[in-house]
Amino acid sequence: MSETIDNNELTVKMFPIGESGILVEFGTKIHPDVHRRIKALTDYLDAHPFPGMIECVSAFLSVTVFYDSMKVKNLQTNYAEKEQLSYKIVKSILQEILLTLDYSANNKPRIVEIPVCYGGEFGLDLEYVAEYNKITVDEVIKIHSSGEYLVYMIGFAPGFPYLGGMSEKISAPRRQSPRMLIPKGSVGIAGMQTGVYPIGTPGGWQLIGRTPLELFRPNECPPSLLKSGDIVKFYPISYEEYENHKEVRL
Amino acid sequence: MSITVIHPGLLTTVQDLGRYGYQKYGIIVSGAMDSYSLRLANLLVGNKEGEAGLEMTLMGPSLEIEKDTLFAITGGDLSPTINGEPVPMWRPVYLHKKSVLKFGACKSGCRSYLAVAGGYNIPEIMESKSTYLRAGIGGFQGRGLQKADVLQIKSPREESLKIMKNLAKKQSSNFFGSTSWYLRREYIIKDSQNIKIRVIGDRQFHEFTLDSKKQFLNCPFKITPQSDRMGYRLSGPALKLEKPLEMISEAVSLGTIQVPPDGNPIILLADRQTIGGYPKIAQIAAVDISKVVQTKPGDKISFEEISLEEAERLYIEREKYIQNIRIAINLSD
Repeated sequence: MSETIDNNELTVKMFPIGESGILVEFGTKIHPDVHRRIKALTDYLDAHPFPGMIECVSAFLSVTVFYDSMKVKNLQTNYAEKEQLSYKIVKSILQEILLTLDYSANNKPRIVEIPVCYGGEFGLDLEYVAEYNKITVDEVIKIHSSGEYLVYMIGFAPGFPYLGGMSEKISAPRRQSPRMLIPKGSVGIAGMQTGVYPIGTPGGWQLIGRTPLELFRPNECPPSLLKSGDIVKFYPISYEEYENHKEVRL
Repeated sequence: MSITVIHPGLLTTVQDLGRYGYQKYGIIVSGAMDSYSLRLANLLVGNKEGEAGLEMTLMGPSLEIEKDTLFAITGGDLSPTINGEPVPMWRPVYLHKKSVLKFGACKSGCRSYLAVAGGYNIPEIMESKSTYLRAGIGGFQGRGLQKADVLQIKSPREESLKIMKNLAKKQSSNFFGSTSWYLRREYIIKDSQNIKIRVIGDRQFHEFTLDSKKQFLNCPFKITPQSDRMGYRLSGPALKLEKPLEMISEAVSLGTIQVPPDGNPIILLADRQTIGGYPKIAQIAAVDISKVVQTKPGDKISFEEISLEEAERLYIEREKYIQNIRIAINLSD
């Protein structure tokens, strides 16, 4: 996954998203170096929001910054800029910020360990994933739980991580027909991706296990166990440990 | 003071202006579909404009209001009545005693808003009272209202008491007093077969074929029944890309129009996901979101392209209009 990326692919481009958003694109390929730049900008903006900023949302290649155009215009101290389109004001603000960012500053990601009870009723597709890759079930568990996964972004459902870095030795296509309900905590594989379902939802991923951890915590701050930039490690637990863990949480 | 649900209607939820700041955790914004109407309803009763209100869809509820109360109804016209007498919309209404507020047939629009002076006593989750239906959080117990639910109302603010005092003298019907003035309802369209919606081209606009771009800006699109708070699915000419695009998911916004491979556009609305992976042909101008969400299945809309500068000018003009209303209501007697 850490193939080198040449500098041309790290050019920053900006686009308007309606009258209240700007998309800052950091590259054209999903890559940890692109992610590092995204993370540097979102960390900066979370700590130092500019006047009129609402929030920013990071994705694989971009950060989208939402703002209130009226506030951006009214709060500009530089009077000459007031008559400008708010998009242009925000673009200049972001360009200035980008010049000052230190991309190496956040080189110590947080590591979050997630216990998974693999197989059985929790991992109905574990055997399929093993067969598909012509390896044993134990090997699938070993490979899945020995990887380090970068959280590229959170989306699709509250607290759902898009993880990069899964071994292609355990990749498997989505199910032909999606399940009507995938239970909360399910750990699945779809193509080259692995992920955890924070809430019950329909879905087509191959299910290999379940975690007792709550990924979505609406009454806590932050409301998500994971955030963009974290490193996730899975470790296998028994059914008893799964049950015990659930009780402790309650 | 409380309101008891006698009949919940089709989908009645508690919504404020949305849950901001948590999209980076995958938490959708939610909030009133027609935030303009909710803001005005709140201003009319002396609330802060971001207070939570009830959003009622197509078939409204029947509500028993415990005692004298100041309220306002805005948005689509769902034929509201008090104890059988029609209630005017877009103005403050002061109810004299315990009564039943009943909504009936949908005369125009799609969603109506009910703001009550003081606001609904609903706990905030992630700084918002909006109902997030899929996650089952926020609003009234994380769900739409059901029969026998009881909503508690907070004490009215100074601003509301002043309006109440003025209306207490007026007797517009047997049961309530209201003003003779009302706000203009410019976003509720009567001709539902030709609704013009202004858009700004989005990131992949030029990736569509010349024919598709022309059709997008010239042909009417029908609102399909598969439309909800998450998004409106449209049917019309199938929109095609010049060549297949390898899209990598990125943030989407309120009013983003994305086009999945079947070529039928989807307008993303209040309950949209935070991230999307389909090509985006256009973005609806913020001022026209209210027009869109007041259309219903079977209605037809067509798109008209405007510049980003024009969209921003319209947005700021409307914000100033709302500010002026706030000032005027505080000064009126």
